[in-house]
Amino acid sequence: MKYQPVIGLEVHVQLLTDTKIFCGCPTKFGSEPNSQTCPVCLGLPGALPVLNKKVVEFAIKAGLSTNCSITPRSIFARKNYFYPDLPKGYQISQFEDPICQRGWLDIQLEGQAVKRIGITRIHMEEDAGKLVHGDLPGLHDGSGVDLNRACTPLLEVVSEPDLRSSDEAVSYLKQLHQIVTWLGICDGNMEEGSFRCDANVSVMPVGSDTLGTRAEVKNVNSFKFVKQAIEYEIQRQIDLIEDGGTVVQETRLFDPNLGKTRSMRSKEEAHDYRYFPDPDLVPLVIDDEWVERSRRELPELPEQRRQRFITELGLPEYDAEVLTANRALSEYFEAGVAAHGNAKAVANWVMGEITRSLNDSGTAIQDCPVTPLLLAELLKLIDGGTISGKIAKTVFDEMWKSGKAPHVIVEEQGLVQVSDSGAIEAIIDGIMAANAGQVEEYRGGKEKVFGFFVGQVMKASKGKANPAVVNQLLLDKLKG
Amino acid sequence: MDTIDMTIHGLHQALESKQLSSVEATKAMLARIEAVEPQVGSFITVTPEQALAGAEAADRRIAAGDMDILTGVPLALKDIFLTEGIRTTCGSRILDNFIPPYSATSWEKLRDRGAVLLGKLNQDEFAMGSSNESSAFGVCRNPWDTTRIPGGSSGGSAAAIAARQATATLGTDTGGSIRQPASHCGCVGLKPTYGRVSRYGVIAYASSLDQVGPLTRDVTDCAIMLGALAGYDPKDSTSVDLAVPDYVATLPNGVKGLRIGLPREYFIAGLDADVQKAMDAAIETYRRLGAEFVDISLPHTDYAVATYYLIATAEASSNLARYEGVRFGHRSANAEGLIDMMTKSRSEGFGAEVKRRIMLGTYALSSGYYDAYYVKAQKVRTLIMNDFIKAFADVDVMLTPVAPTPAFKIGEKVNDPLQMYLSDIFTIPVNLAGTCAMSLPAGFSTDGLPIGVQLIGRPFGEEAILRAGYAFEQATEWHRASANL
Ligand SMILES: [Zn+2]
Repeated sequence: MKYQPVIGLEVHVQLLTDTKIFCGCPTKFGSEPNSQTCPVCLGLPGALPVLNKKVVEFAIKAGLSTNCSITPRSIFARKNYFYPDLPKGYQISQFEDPICQRGWLDIQLEGQAVKRIGITRIHMEEDAGKLVHGDLPGLHDGSGVDLNRACTPLLEVVSEPDLRSSDEAVSYLKQLHQIVTWLGICDGNMEEGSFRCDANVSVMPVGSDTLGTRAEVKNVNSFKFVKQAIEYEIQRQIDLIEDGGTVVQETRLFDPNLGKTRSMRSKEEAHDYRYFPDPDLVPLVIDDEWVERSRRELPELPEQRRQRFITELGLPEYDAEVLTANRALSEYFEAGVAAHGNAKAVANWVMGEITRSLNDSGTAIQDCPVTPLLLAELLKLIDGGTISGKIAKTVFDEMWKSGKAPHVIVEEQGLVQVSDSGAIEAIIDGIMAANAGQVEEYRGGKEKVFGFFVGQVMKASKGKANPAVVNQLLLDKLKG
Repeated sequence: MDTIDMTIHGLHQALESKQLSSVEATKAMLARIEAVEPQVGSFITVTPEQALAGAEAADRRIAAGDMDILTGVPLALKDIFLTEGIRTTCGSRILDNFIPPYSATSWEKLRDRGAVLLGKLNQDEFAMGSSNESSAFGVCRNPWDTTRIPGGSSGGSAAAIAARQATATLGTDTGGSIRQPASHCGCVGLKPTYGRVSRYGVIAYASSLDQVGPLTRDVTDCAIMLGALAGYDPKDSTSVDLAVPDYVATLPNGVKGLRIGLPREYFIAGLDADVQKAMDAAIETYRRLGAEFVDISLPHTDYAVATYYLIATAEASSNLARYEGVRFGHRSANAEGLIDMMTKSRSEGFGAEVKRRIMLGTYALSSGYYDAYYVKAQKVRTLIMNDFIKAFADVDVMLTPVAPTPAFKIGEKVNDPLQMYLSDIFTIPVNLAGTCAMSLPAGFSTDGLPIGVQLIGRPFGEEAILRAGYAFEQATEWHRASANL
């Protein structure tokens, strides 16, 4: 039998606010355990949560960027369960009436039609703390609780079960990742858990309209693992059914070392979270004016920018895709175009030398030592014939190292292109005299030797000879 | 007049005119506490050092001419208010060793005005009770008859006033926990409108119902205290940003033409004859003062107690989840592993009534029961609120009994939770409606036990009930009586 996988994703997006969602503690990490805490995030008796408005603004941005409706009156709820890293014995989250509802993202796999993936909801919630095991101050081989992370803001983005393959899931996830990092509301670091994904996976016979029982796969913290985990889980469920077994509803943990999922808890062991509206927080009212203000403040999104690069700047689709991979890169490119004018020329350099140098040195585009203005200046030197494209690469390397302006480097190192035919003729004469044999070969019909002469001239001129002039003069002289 | 008998405004005059220092007043109170505490048991923790330090600081302020009406006044707080560096138990074994690192907003407000802290008062465990008998720190007795309960849950707050151990006290009221003990102990007790006073730093029982309020010797003191406590607190999202009126200034405006509603559902068969008599006399007094009476109906009154015990317990089951021995409070010494530690810490730390309510609330929120219990209770709560809104279209305030009977005997209802829950039948609807109400001394039973009547006001209509209470007090002598200890 053929099976159809059905996949839905729940993504936790850690927000880049300066302070926590319900108190004024800083969100920065790496500090002494429990140093970034206060009565509220410690869950002390009598402490009360106060909503950080920045979190709401980020949530609205995320919602508008994923085509969601913003709920005019949304409500916080308590999700009740006991765990030592959960100081109040409940997590403040949203259950009924989350802030964003009914959105979508379009994905497109290579060679396939565009497909719309529904987003059920986006809600705001607080993170838990974390447990630390081992030797702790004053405690040998014990367990401790670090609540620095408790109460940091998260968005949970829940998709409809519209995804049908691991590739679709990864494509959706990458697009969501691109949007939240583009908006600057999340650093997108999957390894550190700033952007983490749980996958709900089930299979059903092709042609069936009854969904199979799903398993929830947790702890998949890279795009590669998402693909692996989903594929493993699909195959596991198919094998199970083919062997006459039944899939049980359960939570499974992905083990990246084994590439497998294993059972964590069954439905019977699942918590009854006893959700109810948090009486400590008043309903969150968001009027149309607030939504419209947020809409106006939204940056141009990657998809829109990609389209504009194609239609307005005339870039090929491939270039437009590459140059909108992240917001900083696209902004660098646009600044370069603004300063230079030729989009394709700038695109070639950004996708070529710039990207290569960034990758080689592990530098982020934001820290690129060659600014868009300097890059534009370099390209103008080429346009004006001051330097050749080849010399430009030498100049670029020097710009990267020293941060100097290209005209300074050209001047200091005497790299101005030589177009004076007298000077080039003298070089050619010398080379022809020293390589009489090759001159004979060429004149005997072996035209391939022409390249040898070009190379020799360029070498002798240290690359500064204008290639067009060299070609013309060589042709003339070799013909005799 | 004896220092211990003074009101806030009386003591203020004495301090201002230098007849008395705050240190002298505070010492008098501490001596009184020491003398009668064995008979009463109002306090869980007495803080003489902090009290004297506070009094000295107040005297310096007074000498410097930087004096507020509360400067130098010795107060005591229900042990539900967090006090930085001072043990705060909430009447529970589970917080036996809890020293808070911060203070409740309401205490900070009083302290900043120069009030002096005498100590922390006895209460029902986690404010769950109507008799103070669920306290883990011993019985609190009614100063008017020490075989009887003082009421609850703010039993210590009322008993301390009646026993003249503090000039004024703070309590909290979730279903009547200020008004019922005030009535039983013959003092004035006000439950402000929900959102009028910050709940920050007050240990939560039922967050949508809890409200902080004062217990005092007279209505003027009550107005003074409310003025100091009321106001928006950025740390409490449910506190309301509304200007605080000068409650004292409008006290003498009288009740001529005031329309007082008598909700017929509150005058039930089986109302204690002495309570009925006090009610009749109060109606007569108000009539004489020029008020008009209107017969009104609050038709969903019968459902209030059931509704309360679903909503309050549901919220409590969640609010009390944080007491599991991980970060503070009691941790079981004989537990193995995590779950066992949490379970045993809670089993050992909580008393029977608290456990009963956690279980009730957990049940009401459970999957499969949530709609039938919690959601339905919320719907009924809306109906009860609407009852009040409709009735207040016709009247300015309402007048009702506070409790169906005067203070009952210690132990009388301990084994009959349902009877105990019915003690709050007239006070609970006010919390569900989120509005304000005050208990006012209005007479004595044939056994010599105090009886209070309740004035209920519109949301944020504290001015009206304080004014009505003041007019009543001016026309009667009930508030001047004092317990013979
Ligand atoms: Zn904090």
